[in-house]
Amino acid sequence: MPADSGSIAKVDLDHRGRSWYVDKAVGGLVFVGGVSAIVFVMGIFVFISREGFGFVFGTLDIGEFLTSIEWRPTSENNPRYGALALIAGTAAVTGLAMLVAVPFSLGAAIFIAEFATGRTREGLKVLVELLAAIPSVVWGFIGLSIMSPLIIDTFDQPVGVGVLNSGVILGLMAAPIMTTIAEDALKAVPDSYREAAEAMGATRWQVVWQVVLPAGRNGLVAALLLGVGRGFGETMAVLMASGHAINIPTSPFDSVRALTATIAAELGDAPRGSEHYQALFTLGIFLFVITFLINLAADFAVRRGAPRG
Amino acid sequence: MKRRTPLMSVILLTLACGGAGDRTVIQNRGSDTLVNVAQAWAERYREIAPNVAVAVSGGGSGTGISSMINGTIDIANSSRAMRESEIASAREGGTDPIEHIVGYDALAIFLHPDNPLTEITLGQLRGIFGEDGTLESWSDVGVSVPGCQSDEIIRVSRQNNSGTYAYFREAVLGESEFKLGSRDMNGSSEVVELVEQTPCAIGYSGLAYATEHIAMPCVVVDGGACVTATVQTAVDGSYPIARPLFMYTAGTPEGAVGAYMDWILGPEGQCIISDMGYAPAVEVDCG
Repeated sequence: MPADSGSIAKVDLDHRGRSWYVDKAVGGLVFVGGVSAIVFVMGIFVFISREGFGFVFGTLDIGEFLTSIEWRPTSENNPRYGALALIAGTAAVTGLAMLVAVPFSLGAAIFIAEFATGRTREGLKVLVELLAAIPSVVWGFIGLSIMSPLIIDTFDQPVGVGVLNSGVILGLMAAPIMTTIAEDALKAVPDSYREAAEAMGATRWQVVWQVVLPAGRNGLVAALLLGVGRGFGETMAVLMASGHAINIPTSPFDSVRALTATIAAELGDAPRGSEHYQALFTLGIFLFVITFLINLAADFAVRRGAPRG
Repeated sequence: MKRRTPLMSVILLTLACGGAGDRTVIQNRGSDTLVNVAQAWAERYREIAPNVAVAVSGGGSGTGISSMINGTIDIANSSRAMRESEIASAREGGTDPIEHIVGYDALAIFLHPDNPLTEITLGQLRGIFGEDGTLESWSDVGVSVPGCQSDEIIRVSRQNNSGTYAYFREAVLGESEFKLGSRDMNGSSEVVELVEQTPCAIGYSGLAYATEHIAMPCVVVDGGACVTATVQTAVDGSYPIARPLFMYTAGTPEGAVGAYMDWILGPEGQCIISDMGYAPAVEVDCG
């Protein structure tokens, strides 16, 4: 009878055994895990905004913030909050870091993705990932104790910490993550492209230069942008190797001060809720917005660049 | 017995915060310059008066002073004097801060040992460190420093919220500000370390941080004699850049706080601060 079979089927569907509950529970957990990233990002943004926005829309002169180099937050008569030198310092260090990191990471990515095979390739991948795991304070040590005397001796400079030192250190720090992403971008280029080029008589270098690199261009741009984001946000190594002097750099040997290092050095002593404290949070908002935009651009580049075919 | 001390102090604190128990807790917060000394005092005092626990924390002179204004602590440590406005707002809140000088810290001028300069005037210091100062190279000061080819004076300073920075500005630069572009170190020992390695450098920090690998010129006060930074010249006031280190109590100290302050200013407390490399506030013989 149709009615009977229908009711049996209903009973079977309604059977909620252990696996049904496990399924629901795991589903819920995974959902919480997935949403937590959004919650944390929003939470952090709300927090730094709450601490800094009162200052941004009240006391702060945005023009002064962006164009003056006078960072004197603890002056008794006339505190000034000009972040230009800090922005320039961060930009100079990051720029030099990219000059160092791009050739290294691009070369490593091309070698791993296109030329190396078997154990060489697996070994290299592990080593590159290991390089990414070195703590930044250790990089800072290397900057202070190895790079600094080297720069003093080689270039006959009075002081070894500055743009050059922190730029090289930061470049070496950013290179592994850039290598990994660039390699992924090159691997994502379909083999059919390579086969077609080889069938037309291209050498391996011609394949890489004229086919694979242009096809993976957007992924490579994303790798570069993530490296820039890393450079902007890095604190400890830059604090140790940059010299921490408020200064618009005119030569690679000049000491500079980074935005992140300023926050790290001053927040501990700034009385909670004071103007100085809020000004440091404003630097934090500024950094957050910049790295957010860089990551967004990288994400956009990856999406647009997903190769077709 | 020793191992249980941290646990015991936690229990003590909990009891005191709950208002129960017959042990007194003194809340002591502020200056990072003084925090090591304050901790040494607190630890030693526990042996002398076991029924009093002193809870010490740092955070900087400003933090200590704002806690005093908010009335949340018993003693504030500070490496600078409270401003008129700060004292006024504390009084508005019902707290009358009383100042006690517990020691002195001489700010020594540090040079690389190869630097031939043996004396420096306050005017030269202003010219080197001050915003309107014109001294940029060692030849402007009248010396030639071996190993410093660029001749540039490398200024080594402190981060702008340090009490040492604030005191140097007040005592040497007066109304003026620091010239931008100095290397701002995060601690006194970093200043000493950088100056030790850099022939072109000049820096300043507490006398307690001097090492044998560093040169200290004597300081000339307005045409007078040249005074070397020592504990003695800091105590007698002849060294021009010696600062008092303060503790502020909420009202005239009485009871446990009063006994603690008396002990700090007594021979035992003063020998502890002198052992830590600062000048004592009163003359003591520590043997």
